[in-house]
Amino acid sequence: MRSIRKFGEQYKESKLGLLGLSIFLLFVFASAFAGVLAPYPIGPTQGDRNYILKPPSSKYLLGTDELGRDMLSMILYGGKVSLTIGILATLITAIIGTLVGVTAGYFGGKTEEILMRFTDVFLVIPGLPLMIVLASLLGATFWNMILVIGIQGWTGTARVLRAQVLSLKEKLFIESARSIGASDTRIIIKHIIPNVLPLIVAQMVLRIGSSILSASSLSFLGLGDPTHMSWGMTLHYAFSVGSLFSNFYWYLIPPGVCITLVVLSFTFIGYALDQIVNPRIRER
Amino acid sequence: MPLLDIQNLRTYFSTRGGTVKAVDDVSLQIERGDALGLAGESGCGKTTTALTIMNLLPSNAEVLSGKVFLNDVDLLTIDEETLRKEVRMKQLSMVFQGAMNALNPVFRVGDQIRQGILTHEDITKEAAWERVRELFSLVGINPDRAREYPHEFSGGMKQRVIIAMALSCNPDLIIADEPVTALDVIIQAQILELMRDLREKLGLSMIMITHDLSVIADTCNKTAIMYAGKIVERASSITIFKKPKHPYTQGLIANFPSVSGELKGFEPISGSPPNLISPPNGCRFHPRCPYAMGVCSKEEPETVELERGHFVSCHLMK
Amino acid sequence: MSSDEIILKVRNLRKWFPVRTGILEDLFSRDEKKFVKAVDGISFDIKKRQIYGLAGESGCGKTTTGRVILRLLEPTSGEVQLGDQDVFSLTKGELNEFRKSAQIIFQDPYESLNPRMSIFDFVSEPLVVHNIGNEEERVTNALKTVELIPPEEFFYRYPHELSGGQRQRVAIARAMILNPKFIVADEPVSMLDVSIRSSILKLMFKLRDEMGISYLYITHDLATTRQVCDKIAIMYLGKFVEEAETEELLSNPLHPYTQALVSAVPIPDPTARKSKVTISGEIPSPIDLPPGCRFRPRCPHAKEICSKEEPDLVEVVSNHRVACHVRV
Repeated sequence: MRSIRKFGEQYKESKLGLLGLSIFLLFVFASAFAGVLAPYPIGPTQGDRNYILKPPSSKYLLGTDELGRDMLSMILYGGKVSLTIGILATLITAIIGTLVGVTAGYFGGKTEEILMRFTDVFLVIPGLPLMIVLASLLGATFWNMILVIGIQGWTGTARVLRAQVLSLKEKLFIESARSIGASDTRIIIKHIIPNVLPLIVAQMVLRIGSSILSASSLSFLGLGDPTHMSWGMTLHYAFSVGSLFSNFYWYLIPPGVCITLVVLSFTFIGYALDQIVNPRIRER
Repeated sequence: MPLLDIQNLRTYFSTRGGTVKAVDDVSLQIERGDALGLAGESGCGKTTTALTIMNLLPSNAEVLSGKVFLNDVDLLTIDEETLRKEVRMKQLSMVFQGAMNALNPVFRVGDQIRQGILTHEDITKEAAWERVRELFSLVGINPDRAREYPHEFSGGMKQRVIIAMALSCNPDLIIADEPVTALDVIIQAQILELMRDLREKLGLSMIMITHDLSVIADTCNKTAIMYAGKIVERASSITIFKKPKHPYTQGLIANFPSVSGELKGFEPISGSPPNLISPPNGCRFHPRCPYAMGVCSKEEPETVELERGHFVSCHLMK
Repeated sequence: MSSDEIILKVRNLRKWFPVRTGILEDLFSRDEKKFVKAVDGISFDIKKRQIYGLAGESGCGKTTTGRVILRLLEPTSGEVQLGDQDVFSLTKGELNEFRKSAQIIFQDPYESLNPRMSIFDFVSEPLVVHNIGNEEERVTNALKTVELIPPEEFFYRYPHELSGGQRQRVAIARAMILNPKFIVADEPVSMLDVSIRSSILKLMFKLRDEMGISYLYITHDLATTRQVCDKIAIMYLGKFVEEAETEELLSNPLHPYTQALVSAVPIPDPTARKSKVTISGEIPSPIDLPPGCRFRPRCPHAKEICSKEEPDLVEVVSNHRVACHVRV
């Protein structure tokens, strides 16, 4: 579609955006092909007993962990987990946020009041403690973590979308849709959503970084799923064997750097998107 | 010698899509006391012409060639400092489109006008305030209202304030861009009456930019018709309205509705105004012209003076 | 031009908007609730094939009238009958049916089209909403009727690729695709370039002639009403002050406000009379209206009765109604 091409052109103008996109794509590529790129398997029993907690060498490029597993392979497979959690959790956030924001904005009145107060409640509860409590209650599995992260992040999206829908529903083409007899459902699906889609996507991109960070935090605190080694989990184990004091730098730095780079890349992408999507920032 | 003499002005904009030839070889003269109506549809270049005269063009615009003589001085060659101190407000003022919405809401209107006066003239604050009060009387507002804020004025009153501001340093020429478009009919008539009065009382010269031909017929003694960046015809208003020679002018006049007089039928001009990045070859109007000939799509027509003061750019005039 | 069959009857239509005040004022103020009486008791008929003009300055209630007749806004009181349907007592399902026979064309062709919908989807939407099939054929015919030719070339274009005039044609195609009896045209050409207006108006005539559509033509531009409308009503602060056939009203206005309007409109002829201001002041706020005739504060001919009783709209000459005690 022509609008995708125009979007592409505008995006290319942002150097930060391109940098972010490149970093992100690099990680996606690496994660997708982890099976092929990783030199060693990372099962808990598949480590090399002779090379426990060894610094980087020609055999193990980034050193090994306490089970003799290759750090480089851990990072590659870990990326897969972290990115997947981030993206899926963000999807949940987007869906809840969109449902709440659009419904509140479009219907107004009591519906809006109730939904927005509900949103306020969630806004007030601090994110990390909420996630910790929920994760402890529900049990720390891969899917629970996605759910838990998704549930606490939707408030920002809901508010932004509600504001956008409030102004959108006053537009003439919405009145035009009503004048031909379109139902509210149809108006929301065919008229409102397509016009807020860019905003939803922009919101999502911004949240992926935050979701990955949340996932890493939870895992680091020990609430992650041990059967799915993410970067956060790796950091958790790094600390639990005392890497900081014993200076096992190869155990600490790679996962930390990866988390930072990915979150940074999304911040850059989000920045570029915001320039394009936000009607006030755009000059044209 | 004319008060304002524009010669072969060209102003182009560089945009993402290409170069927009917004004003393409425009020439006009205004004598002292004239009110010239610059008419044309959206995008024809009339506002850009005004902004070029005032040197208020945006950064992506460039004046490629031409001269703009005001009181014998070429405004395009003066530096910004002199332009600001000596020309704007004192010789030349502009009332922008939607200017009534540009009043600063946190200052009293009298203060806003006084500020302009003090910047250009070396008089005391009290004397300037007296001048503000006089201006208010001149434009038909109770002088005591100079102490009020913009939100306390209605649309029509705000427009009077803007006109007062434009007159504050006694300019020779005022350019008014769509001064009455946003106003209701009766208020519009009040403002038009005011402008006619001011012309008489102060000997003011004026360029009125608008798409509304009836407003021009009501207030201007001369008219210039712009199309796609060029002036296609200019003459006294009576000539333009009664004996138009350019097919575009004829189309506009024939279709412009009136509350009295002959009831006009529908003979619409086909097509729509062209894209100024790649305008048609030859005469820009030829794709829509009912009299287009072979030469019209190849050569741009020259401007011919049919009779004194009546200029037309059309191949039919040969 | 129009037959004698009346297709739209409006009786005592009122639309009042409550004035919003803060919560505290609501709780503590003892004054009665204030209203903006945007439309305050109007009655008129529109015949088949008639183009009925509703003219007035901003705030007179003309736009609100158009919306309420179509029930895009709920009325405060009054009756509207389209054919034999009582519009205000329709159930939800019946209202949907009603929408097939009464449509609207908006003023702003830049805002009334969904920027993310293709022309085909936009014009066919009424068909989809009412489950009428055969979309491709109907859209093709509609686009042909509004002279967007060849129609197929416009199917997959988007609004931003079209000019103002073309967009308005698309809006008209959408309004007529269900064969309505009645269209509310809300200032349909005021945002278009002057050279395009005639062709759009001509198109509206074509639809009237070929499809028998009646129009309520809302405008602030008296000069255009002369070209377009068979009959005009002038509105001021929510009420009709005068109603007559176009030529009669413009050449023989009886209400001081109509007279003021007609003499204030500039004429595109430098040798004709200049626009004249015959009344002073500006349109007052529609919230606290004085008793008696609403126009009295500005009227040069006001008498004592004018401040006591509101004048009724009565027929003084054949087919020419005026609401004025003085009637100059």
